[in-house]
Amino acid sequence: MTTAPQPAPMVKVTIDGQTTEMPKGSTIIQAAKKLGIEIPHFCYHERLSVAGNCRMCLVDLEGAPKPVASCAWPVADNMVVNTQSERTQNARKGVMEFLLINHPLDCPICDQGGECDLQDIAVSYGSDRTRFHEAKRAVADKDLGPLVETVMTRCIHCTRCIRFATEIAGVPEMGATGRGENMQVGTYVEQALASELSGNMIDLCPVGALTSKPYEFTARPWELKHTDSIDVMDALGSHIRIDHRDGKVMRVVPRECNEINEEWLSDAGRFSYDGLANNRLTHPMVRKGKKLTATTWQEAFAVIAEAAKGMRKNRIAGVAGNLLCAEDLYAFDHFMKDTLGTDNVDCRTNGLTIDGKVRAAYIMNTPIAELDKVDAVLLVGCNPRLEVPVLNARLRKGVLKRGMKVASIGAPVDLTYPVQTLGESPKLLDDILEGKHPFADVLREATNGVILVGARAVLTRPDSQQILDKAREVAEMYGFVRPDWNGFNVLHQATGRITGLDMGVYPQKDGYHSGGIAEAVKAGKIDLLVLHGESQRPASDFEGAKFTVFIGTHDSPYAQLADVVLPAAAYTEKAGLWANVEGRVQEGHMAVRPPMEAKEDWKIYRALSEVLGSKLPFDNQTQLRALIAKLNKAYAPENIGKVTRADWKHFGMSGSVREEGLSTSVPAYYLSNEIMRASKVMRDCQDLADARAAQTMKKAS
Amino acid sequence: MSKKKNPYILADADKCFPNLDGKGDWRLEAYRKRGGYEGLKEILQTEPAAIIDKLKASSHRGRGGAGFPTGLKWSFMPKPDGIKPNYLVVNSDESEPGTCKDRDILLNDPHTLVEGIIIGCHTLGAKASYVYVRGEYVDEADQLERAIEEAHNFGYLGEDVLGTGKTFNIYVHRGAGAYICGEETALLESLEGKKGQPRLKPPFPAGYGLYGCPTTINNVETVAQVPPILKKGVEWWTQFGRPNNHGTKIFSVSGMVNKPGNYEAPMSIPLKVLIDEYAGGVVGGWDNLLAVIPGGSSTPILSAEQCQDMLMDFDALRGAGTGLGTAAVIVMNKDTDVLKVMTRISKFYKHESCGQCTPCREGVGWVWRMMERLSNGEGTIDELDQLENVTRRIEGHTICAFADGAMWPVQGTLKHFRPLFEQRIKARNKTKVRKGA
Amino acid sequence: MSRSAAVNVKIDHDDKVYAWSDAAKAKIEAQIKKYPPERKASAVIPLLKLAQDEFDGWLPVGLMNLVADTLEMPKIRVYEVATFYDMFYTEPVGKHVVRVCTNVSCMIRGAEKVIEAVQKEVGLDKPGTSADGLITVESFECLGACCEAPMMMVGEHYHVNLTPERAVGIVKNIKAGKAPVEPSK
Ligand SMILES: Cc1cc2nc3c(=O)[nH]c(=O)nc-3n(C[C@H](O)[C@H](O)[C@H](O)COP(=O)(O)O)c2cc1C
Ligand code: SF4
Ligand code: FES
Repeated sequence: MTTAPQPAPMVKVTIDGQTTEMPKGSTIIQAAKKLGIEIPHFCYHERLSVAGNCRMCLVDLEGAPKPVASCAWPVADNMVVNTQSERTQNARKGVMEFLLINHPLDCPICDQGGECDLQDIAVSYGSDRTRFHEAKRAVADKDLGPLVETVMTRCIHCTRCIRFATEIAGVPEMGATGRGENMQVGTYVEQALASELSGNMIDLCPVGALTSKPYEFTARPWELKHTDSIDVMDALGSHIRIDHRDGKVMRVVPRECNEINEEWLSDAGRFSYDGLANNRLTHPMVRKGKKLTATTWQEAFAVIAEAAKGMRKNRIAGVAGNLLCAEDLYAFDHFMKDTLGTDNVDCRTNGLTIDGKVRAAYIMNTPIAELDKVDAVLLVGCNPRLEVPVLNARLRKGVLKRGMKVASIGAPVDLTYPVQTLGESPKLLDDILEGKHPFADVLREATNGVILVGARAVLTRPDSQQILDKAREVAEMYGFVRPDWNGFNVLHQATGRITGLDMGVYPQKDGYHSGGIAEAVKAGKIDLLVLHGESQRPASDFEGAKFTVFIGTHDSPYAQLADVVLPAAAYTEKAGLWANVEGRVQEGHMAVRPPMEAKEDWKIYRALSEVLGSKLPFDNQTQLRALIAKLNKAYAPENIGKVTRADWKHFGMSGSVREEGLSTSVPAYYLSNEIMRASKVMRDCQDLADARAAQTMKKAS
Repeated sequence: MSKKKNPYILADADKCFPNLDGKGDWRLEAYRKRGGYEGLKEILQTEPAAIIDKLKASSHRGRGGAGFPTGLKWSFMPKPDGIKPNYLVVNSDESEPGTCKDRDILLNDPHTLVEGIIIGCHTLGAKASYVYVRGEYVDEADQLERAIEEAHNFGYLGEDVLGTGKTFNIYVHRGAGAYICGEETALLESLEGKKGQPRLKPPFPAGYGLYGCPTTINNVETVAQVPPILKKGVEWWTQFGRPNNHGTKIFSVSGMVNKPGNYEAPMSIPLKVLIDEYAGGVVGGWDNLLAVIPGGSSTPILSAEQCQDMLMDFDALRGAGTGLGTAAVIVMNKDTDVLKVMTRISKFYKHESCGQCTPCREGVGWVWRMMERLSNGEGTIDELDQLENVTRRIEGHTICAFADGAMWPVQGTLKHFRPLFEQRIKARNKTKVRKGA
Repeated sequence: MSRSAAVNVKIDHDDKVYAWSDAAKAKIEAQIKKYPPERKASAVIPLLKLAQDEFDGWLPVGLMNLVADTLEMPKIRVYEVATFYDMFYTEPVGKHVVRVCTNVSCMIRGAEKVIEAVQKEVGLDKPGTSADGLITVESFECLGACCEAPMMMVGEHYHVNLTPERAVGIVKNIKAGKAPVEPSK
């Protein structure tokens, strides 16, 4: 049993005449921050190890013969520090001068211009006159792949990117080669970083050495409008800021949120936005002959109404996609079930076999932030690195910082940290339940253990209920479920699935589930098929209904199946509620308007239901949200943004599980949804990933 | 002055390195005949604390450049906790220009070091010691390995040394050409298989050193002098030199002298005696002396005038605004272009900066470029002040002492040879004006 | 006006694949044994040196990768080390490397004349590699033999108390395919 760490003793520190108490082991710069005293710095970053190499943060420490680096110097009792003394000021001016002598004066054409630490700090400590009359250094740019642009002459060698890649992303591929003034930051050989988190280096780079390749030269920061929102490229619910200009998304950057994404964002969340502008559906369309032709909303609705006339309810079906918000899903579900009267409705297009009755069975019951207390992890058919990359970085932190033990049941997988692969078969859960397996001892000794079940690999199997049952038993048996702790977790990749389960978007009586719908379509048993957004199944699965309506954002094989296409809004174009992996419901905001004639999805259903003569019971979003809140308390206004604990109830079915191994692969990760598929940047990433995989295969053979 | 009477000439019996000149045999048998390994067993049975007290009483100071008291340094080592091993690391990176003393110890008297390490390991609670030898010293490292093998064969190394039940092992680790790896924490990084970039301190190596374990780092000469001090006693040691600067010391005398060489002499020896009596005098006579770098390239230069009655020890040289450093005495006579020499030193530091911290990475190259120009008279007299100011902005603002060592010689040159710079600048500006006219 | 070279090497992934000889494997084992078992990376310098000596005297990326794999280190950490130390070459060098110390003590005692004479003998006007790829001449930092200045290092050995003539004699021997020592009188 690990004992809770003792709180560090407090010491008294005085900075610029102000005194505060700090835990031993913290540094001067942290004490200064607490006192609201700003110390300029470049290499120091809260979430990275201390490098102490830029020397910008030098301060005067009483009794020390030389100024000390405040980012690295530990506080001691009765320490007295001066950040305003002449010595400090001189040191800062000196460092600033040295940083600038070899720095190009290209701020006007630099993408970092306006949000550059060097520029900002230079205003205070730089001189307007250079004394440097030698040739400036020029450094060759590096090819780091499709995401990160480099202008290495601007690099100030703070090594933040190197530390990020090594420590957080777990891909030790960045380094500083050469020596002295010839030292160069990069990969040495030309290669793109094999990380799903590489874009974060752009945020960390304090100057314009690493910038966003897709964003390059597209906008200046002061021209941009900002909208805070929530990322939906995976189900973490990372906090993002959408920067836009003239109704177009120009870039997406993370916002700090310690409880969820710290300050990171996956490359998918950051770089897929070009997919918002490509291949968009902009007008309602109806099929005339072989071709879809643009039309008006009225006409499109009329065509649907005509087709739906007298249709038998059990020959109607609908499936919902990956990226939808609660409003969309609620409206869809009620449109299908109430207006059209069918129970053939499903959001579980990846073939999930569970329903939404026990929330604890399909979310992470351990709040993300609590993962920082975990000491043992059992992964069951789970690949957090690709399913939720930023969450994986948090797990990595636990391994590195606290020696957290991780074991996995499933195909071997590189998660960037040591993982003990126990085997591939879910039958191993029996061994663990019987305490036979060596890892059982680790679980038994763990104070805060967690089990992470991959929805993709586990909950789509015929024996998913049995696996789920055993996983629950493991959690209960090893003390992972207690009043103060719940370590049972299911990990989804798509937020639409969690939100969909919350909204009850699955057959409530005897309707077809998504697989059944596909089969029925194939067998010619469906006369009206409503496809809302793109989902996990290939479009060909839904080919063959008598009449198909597609409501969505992108032109694609899905849209091409349809007789009527209704253009909808992407996540940046609507306000909505999305649940994340931990079941936390968060509000995303509208940054830009849907393109041209496109509309928010729920409004489409509201209008169409009226045309069909069975109006949905809400007239605006407020009323809609009230209905949603009534359906699921996690969506009540007072719970928005918070983790609502799910009640712990029995779930799963006893019985034996199959021998067959659990997969951990996430095929075509960079093309996981319609926005990513429409993104050229994501396609480039996927090509790279494929090439890399092919190369590894070749080497292995 | 006849040599016999000269109190500054050491008798062989008073030398820590009697075979430094390589005239005798380096091997173990010969070393034993010279008194080596005698009494080692008794020392290994002495309490470490008693050994440290003796070292403290001798006021022995480290020979690697900084002159840190050895006894005090050794007293910082925690007792082995049974989880993390303690290490003794010996610094034989010897890359400070002018310095070549450790090389002769390794080649000609390597057992002095081996014996010193055995005692060091015992005192510091270490079972293993790494000797970091600069990569270019191939023959030297080979020689040390031969000596280690001999010591193994005679039971001085390995398990149960001399029946004391103690285990000591020495491993030679070879570098690959980087001056900065002489800095003790850069050395540890290099030894761990990384670039030689100095670590931030604190934490200090005594608490967090090699592989994160308690570690003491000492220069070759420092360690090799421990056995004679313990065996011959504090009084013998303190008869040489002045308080706080006691004992004997190897001086590497190079440059324009008639007999360059490594000479073991008493501390506090007058520079003039060292040059005249040991190194055969300045080429062209004492009056032809231009300047002396007293302690390796990092130490500021002494003018000929200062050399006249300078004593060679830590405190005297410090009083003169320079330092004993590695006691590498580089002699320049009036045939030497001192500005060119000092510019070469600046270029060396530019080449050797590890590159991690800003003032050093950016500043040292800037200073060298200014030195290149100004030593040729290119530039303005104002720039001499700028040069001085830039050196002050570098000094004291970096992670390690490298940058200080890079700036001091420049500052010393400006102090003593500013008129020469000015003369060249003026001469060049004149020719320029003439050409323009 | 640029004063820094590019380091971002394009590598063809089908490039030569390197493997250790049996003799090298034995040496590697002896090196690794010096360090605690979980500290294999400590042997990176000896292994890079071994690699350089075993193959062509320099370190192409494939060879550095071999060292990285042998020591289970990230490749970039090996590239960092290989580009940090003066005795490693990441570009081809001559069969024989002549390092002439041009630092203070040697400079004062005529190193410049020594290096000029050596360069002339191999047909160069500045440090570099001879046209036939036989000899690389380097102006090296202090090699720690200051009391025997001027000096140079040829291969692994020091030649001290040089004059330009004696240095040229050594180079002549190399060119004649003889041992890199001074010609006997
Ligand atoms: C840039 C730099 C280079 C150094 N080079 C050496 C060296 O080559 N050999 C050495 O013994 N000490 C060198 N030192 C000093 C060491 O850091 C350390 O102080 C010394 O090894 C301690 O040994 P001592 O206490 O026995 O003197 C160097 C220091 C600096 C800052
Ligand atoms: S002062 Fe120079 S050598 Fe020392 S750490 Fe800084 S950059 Fe490296
Ligand atoms: S922020 Fe402290 S040295 Fe860079």
